[in-house]
Amino acid sequence: MAARSRIFATTAFRLSAIYLAVFTAFAVGFVFYISYSTDRLLAAQLRETIEADVRGIEEQHRIGGTAAVVSAVEARSREPGANLYLLADANGVAIAGNIAEVPRELLRNASGNPVILPYTLETGSTRERLAMVESVVLPGGLHMVIGRDLAESERFRGIILRSLGWAVALLAVLGIVGWIYVSRRVLSRIDQATAASRRIMEGDLSERLEIAGTGDEFDRLAASLNAMLDRIEMLLYSLKDVSDNIAHDLKTPLTRLRNRVEATLAGPPDIASYRAALESTIEESDQLIRTFNALLMIARVEAGAADIAMTVTDATGIVRDVVELYEPLAEEADVELSAAAEGPLPVRGNRELLGQALANLVDNAIKHCSTSGEAGPFRVRVSAAVEDGHLVLRVDDNGPGVPEGDRERVLQRFVRLEKSRSAPGSGLGLSLVAAVVRMHRGTITLGDNAPGLSVSIRLPLGTEKQ
Amino acid sequence: MRILIVEDDSETAAYLVKALREAGHVADHAADGIAGASMAAGGGYDVLVVDRMLPSRDGIALIEDLRAKGDQTPVLILSALGQVDDRVVGLRSGGDDYLPKPFAFSELLARVEALARRRKSGEAETVYRVANLELDRLAHTVSRAGKIIPLQPREFRLLEYLMKHAGQVVTRTMLLENVWDYHFDPQTNVIDVHISRLRAKIDKGFDEALLHTVRGAGYMIRGGTQ
Repeated sequence: MAARSRIFATTAFRLSAIYLAVFTAFAVGFVFYISYSTDRLLAAQLRETIEADVRGIEEQHRIGGTAAVVSAVEARSREPGANLYLLADANGVAIAGNIAEVPRELLRNASGNPVILPYTLETGSTRERLAMVESVVLPGGLHMVIGRDLAESERFRGIILRSLGWAVALLAVLGIVGWIYVSRRVLSRIDQATAASRRIMEGDLSERLEIAGTGDEFDRLAASLNAMLDRIEMLLYSLKDVSDNIAHDLKTPLTRLRNRVEATLAGPPDIASYRAALESTIEESDQLIRTFNALLMIARVEAGAADIAMTVTDATGIVRDVVELYEPLAEEADVELSAAAEGPLPVRGNRELLGQALANLVDNAIKHCSTSGEAGPFRVRVSAAVEDGHLVLRVDDNGPGVPEGDRERVLQRFVRLEKSRSAPGSGLGLSLVAAVVRMHRGTITLGDNAPGLSVSIRLPLGTEKQ
Repeated sequence: MRILIVEDDSETAAYLVKALREAGHVADHAADGIAGASMAAGGGYDVLVVDRMLPSRDGIALIEDLRAKGDQTPVLILSALGQVDDRVVGLRSGGDDYLPKPFAFSELLARVEALARRRKSGEAETVYRVANLELDRLAHTVSRAGKIIPLQPREFRLLEYLMKHAGQVVTRTMLLENVWDYHFDPQTNVIDVHISRLRAKIDKGFDEALLHTVRGAGYMIRGGTQ
């Protein structure tokens, strides 16, 4: 029952029913019009035939009198497929012809106009047939009735009505078949989608809607729903990663902090050791605040893109600022830091955020070069240039690099590759860079500098007009 | 120094009042915008610390009213947690400095003291002196005990800012903001390296060290007499 009511509730059913009704109405109207027109045409032709015959008989009578009429009627009656003839005297008694009997009143009311009436054939059959007849009174009182059997036009009408019936039946069958096909197809696609979304709701986030490959509207819908699911899955996993990593990266220092304070309290009450413990507590909490600030910053950049002021700013200036800021640090770490940016390079963006993004990349490059354990000399090169209509900011180093499989992952929050776990940092630097780049509608690529890492950021060029 | 804290979160306010008093200042507290406005109008404060979001009256509106009345008391704006960085809005309304939450108290204290100092000293001085270290802002020269010390332009600006706030703690973010004009928290000790370079130039070879590191807070330039 449920399945049946569902089939009737489909759009496919409603559309099929409407089309079926409309086409049937058209077919019926059309066939009726045709049969009406052909009826009239046939009747007009019959009338002409009869009248021509009447005029012929009258002509015979004028030339040869009653005898000529009688012989003409007898001759014409015997022809195959002949018209109907009845020649009667003034009293209505048949003289010649192929009709057995006609109603008396017809003979009396010889109007000269054809009428339709039943008759019986001369052969003595009692079966009544329909004919169109015209009755005239010839000079001398003879009654002449000429007519034509209507069976032929009746047959024609029958053919037309039957074809009408067949047409309607065929339409109905086609409509029903079409409706069943369409509704089954639509229903099965929708049922598949419903089942897939149920499974997703139950927690299987890797489930996707099936794409039949026909490129129809269902495929397009499924493709965009799948893209949405990809995004949701990614967000969910990154959320899960974040909570896992918060547990690790924030809980560990908090626990360490607490344990140190506890140990100091349990120890001897000595001002100097209290002081040392408090100072290291401050340092540790500063690092925690820094991590929180970085998290908040990423959230702000990701959520509040509309509220962050975007102006046309000079990328060369940013590159020089950052290199100048990090130059002493690089020197101390035995890394050669250089800038390559010529002339003003206008870019539409937020100077602060771009500066911070670039600073994070330079910071990372220096840090990973100096902690790689490999022998130098290490070089970090920061450059800005226009490449095919985009502004490309690049930070290249010849440090240990990032394995190809990890390049996507390191852009996520808190992800730190195992070998850099011991190095200072929150694991948020690159994800802030990624957030800033996304906010600027740019792209970030981590590539191989053979050896080392090459990070390039492509941003839309700023124009003075904007 | 008299400081007014306009902050609706009573816990933060109580903590700030206590900490500022311990640092040797007089601190008052107003819990909403209207109370804050009337207390600030009473005058006598050296610095106002105003939360961006306040009940009954927005912090920004409060500052705009003060400025409209010709009150030039320095204002440090505190932003609410998780809010979009609206430093520009805050500073345009007449605020003098901006500190996003969460912040370390040492950062707030350093900024409050810097604001109060700026008001007293003004921008008129052309030569800063700390002990026998001298910085001439017009001639762009630095000398110690009469001996010229050559500095890079950025080192000069770094020293200029430190000497302008001689005797006060200057935090790393304050240096990044005022010397480099970037408002982010540098991940590593990038500022520290600049400081140690500067220190090597101005303190090396002299008996008395002038550029000091204040643990957990920042840096301070100070002579023995100060």
